[in-house]
Amino acid sequence: MKPKIAIRNVSRFFDVKGGTFQALRNVNLEVGAEQFLCIVGPSGCGKSTLLRMLGGLEMASTGDISIAHDNPARPLTAMIFQQESVFPWLTVEKNAAYGLQVTNNWRGAESAERVTYFLEKTGLLKFRDFYPYQLSGGMKQRLSVARAFVTNPEILLMDEPFAALDEQNKLLLQQELGKLWEEFRSTVVFITHSLDEAVLLGDRVMVMSSAPGHIKQAFDIPFARPRDFLELRQQDDFHHLTRQMWELLRQEVEAARAQEAGRLSQERARRNG
Amino acid sequence: MADQAAVSHTEHVAETPPPRKRRLPLPTAALSPLALLILWEIAARLGWIEVQFFPAPTTIAETFWQMTRTSQFWSDIGISLSRMAVGFTMGAVPGLLVGLAMGLFRPARSVFQPLIAAIYPLPKIALLPLILLIFGLGEMSKYVIVAIGVFFLMAINSMAGVMNVPAIYFDVARNLKASRWKMYFTVALPGALPGIFTGLRICVGTALLLLVAAEFVGANEGIGYRVWWAWSVFWVKTMYVGFAVIALLGFALTYAVEYLERRFLPWQGR
Repeated sequence: MKPKIAIRNVSRFFDVKGGTFQALRNVNLEVGAEQFLCIVGPSGCGKSTLLRMLGGLEMASTGDISIAHDNPARPLTAMIFQQESVFPWLTVEKNAAYGLQVTNNWRGAESAERVTYFLEKTGLLKFRDFYPYQLSGGMKQRLSVARAFVTNPEILLMDEPFAALDEQNKLLLQQELGKLWEEFRSTVVFITHSLDEAVLLGDRVMVMSSAPGHIKQAFDIPFARPRDFLELRQQDDFHHLTRQMWELLRQEVEAARAQEAGRLSQERARRNG
Repeated sequence: MADQAAVSHTEHVAETPPPRKRRLPLPTAALSPLALLILWEIAARLGWIEVQFFPAPTTIAETFWQMTRTSQFWSDIGISLSRMAVGFTMGAVPGLLVGLAMGLFRPARSVFQPLIAAIYPLPKIALLPLILLIFGLGEMSKYVIVAIGVFFLMAINSMAGVMNVPAIYFDVARNLKASRWKMYFTVALPGALPGIFTGLRICVGTALLLLVAAEFVGANEGIGYRVWWAWSVFWVKTMYVGFAVIALLGFALTYAVEYLERRFLPWQGR
């Protein structure tokens, strides 16, 4: 079967003071249609850059990204960001409707129903007339989830969407996202630094190396859906998998640390010299 | 709205809405000015200060009251306000457009920013003789001096307003395939509005200052003219009434801008 997303030999260089920085090196990966792919990697490994490329916000320096747009009536991607990204000047309802309205895909009552549906699903319906300043951090993040789902994208791109939330809210949102996705299957690329999160949500998990990032290893997650996250966390298989990944990831985190330390001492030397 | 928000929050998550901008309640805010006035009154009555220069507040108030019953008083205010309105509009509209263009388009920024950076630090009042020379003593010179002051402030604040919109909001719009123009109207403009209102608020004070100064030297009616005239004939109390009127106008206009901001930008939660 033709993959939904095919990334071939993609590298990305950034111009930085005194040279270039290579964020990605020869990344190769494929994502099947309606697959939930999680990517974990040490911070600074270029995983966000990769996601931004898929979302059309960034270009590859070399290599090739091809994404199959199967249904032109649906938008290709919708992104959910780690930072607060709901528009402060729009009400909850208008934020959720934004993706449809800004592309002139608003279809009257049908679209309004869709907005209502996802606000209900994310527990925000009561707050439809509120402005974001009146919401908590978790509610704002649920709103950006709703905003993405309302557009019914072929691919959902999530960049550590729950990283800024407290533990309890994170657990709830993971479970809610899992349920929503099981209901509205779409292709997902989900970036996270949490191995637990990756294994709970994903069909496949890819571990990335430290910068310049490339794919170290891919793991297939065998757990059946629908998944009960509490139950899953108790299973030996779950621990076995996360353990395996951690062994792999630890080397990379340590390498990233060494890089960071090297960069800092270089900088200090330059400043003092 | 606010109460409703607080109630719904407690049932949902234990997080309080962000703190409001705290205002002093009016009675508290009025205390220190009132104390100063009383002190001034006592000092004037007891002869601690020279009443020729510092007439007692009650005598100023009396003059004020008498002046409000003359048509000249109201026509002075009317003429000054209409000069401000015309000059303000002449400066604010182009300032806003140039500022937005500078914020959105790099070419516009590279054309206008050096010019503005060069001219902005010049105290606009220094241009008054030149403006009087070009536009004469008529109404146009008052409009122009106000317009110039307002233009620069609006341009700079609108530009900053656009440029301070966090990049993430543009990312969201771009990812959802918003067109260029949709992006300007749904992200850049609403995001810049707080900056634009900051500009308007600062402009009120500057416009008033420039107008009064222009009326000192080149007018035969208006509040500034009345203060200047009072000085030349040594009607000190009339001068103080002029000060009070200028202060009240400044206060009222600033309040009006703040009111409009709360009205049109309810999402800031002020």
